[in-house]
Amino acid sequence: MSSFISGLMRFRRGAWEMLASIMIALGVVMMMQPFALSLFSYSFLVTLIGTMMFIITSHFPE
Amino acid sequence: MSPTHFERAAEATPPMLAKKIRGLSDRAIAWIFVAPTIFLLLAINIFPLIWTIRLSFTNFRVNRPNAEVQFVGLDNYRRILSDSDIWLTMQTTAHFLIWTILLQVLIGFSLAYLINKKFRGNDLWTTIIVFPMMLSPAVVGNFWTFLYQPQIGLFNYVVGFLTHTDPSSFSMIGDVNLAPWAIVIVDTWMWTPFVMLICLAGLRSIPGSIYEAAECDRASKWRQFWTITLPMVLPFLMLAVLFRGIENFKMFDLVVQLTGGGPGSITELTSINLKREAFEKWRTGYSSAYAVILFVTVFGLASIYVKALNKVKER
Repeated sequence: MSSFISGLMRFRRGAWEMLASIMIALGVVMMMQPFALSLFSYSFLVTLIGTMMFIITSHFPE
Repeated sequence: MSPTHFERAAEATPPMLAKKIRGLSDRAIAWIFVAPTIFLLLAINIFPLIWTIRLSFTNFRVNRPNAEVQFVGLDNYRRILSDSDIWLTMQTTAHFLIWTILLQVLIGFSLAYLINKKFRGNDLWTTIIVFPMMLSPAVVGNFWTFLYQPQIGLFNYVVGFLTHTDPSSFSMIGDVNLAPWAIVIVDTWMWTPFVMLICLAGLRSIPGSIYEAAECDRASKWRQFWTITLPMVLPFLMLAVLFRGIENFKMFDLVVQLTGGGPGSITELTSINLKREAFEKWRTGYSSAYAVILFVTVFGLASIYVKALNKVKER
């Protein structure tokens, strides 16, 4: 966990890509879950931020 | 050795004149070859994407080309993301996606594992299994519509025979509880061979020497499966899941032919719903926003997947 946080602090690709992937997955789950319409409403925002973050952070150093 | 006539002529020619004589540089020739592809890519892929994003912020309707187009900002996105019908469509797609991928991977891998064992008639069985994949989705949809007929359908007859029920007592495509499963069954029937072929390629790429070494170490068949077969086939399996996941997220033709999204809208997947918004209700701006949402979702998922695939391959 500490290596993940230090990776985030030092703008390392692995940690930031992991965070972006979690956001994309969370967005997709929010989009397709059958429990709350409010989660569906924010799903696209979460997926979009995650995807943009993924594109940007894939250019960070290893 | 004295220089040849051509070499002497080349030495005597001034550099600028030589360039003119030679014509285009290698770089220019390379660009000429690549340019048509780049142009087609921009015209067919990139331009429509940018145009769709632009339209998604407007109230444009393609059936009213002369009407004034107004910029509506994020209004289309706001309406889509608060629409309970679209939310329901997403859930239907999720049900379809999860079950088809799960069944196709399980059955496809099992079939590949069996076909990989050498037995008599191996090639014939491979051809028979691969057959559904070669058919057109429209043909498969029509074919299964007949199989699902309550009165004359073979599927109903077999289920009735096995469960001792009246075949005409249930309708796979007319019942709201059974219709989502009807499309899952047909897609699984059609696309399991595809997963099987990818898994078979993975299984055949494993060197026999690894199994021999494992047998020397007295590893059981079960252990060989978990520590050799499965990890080495995993990248292939993940590739199959990626292909099927993206394809099924966009699934249209098979389901339209089979159920048309019905009964009601119980089997209306996102692509069918999108087509209705775009070409039946003619809400072009709204459906463009819908398409952008689906595009970002598939793009995001594919990004994660490619990353995971690379990690597995590095191991």
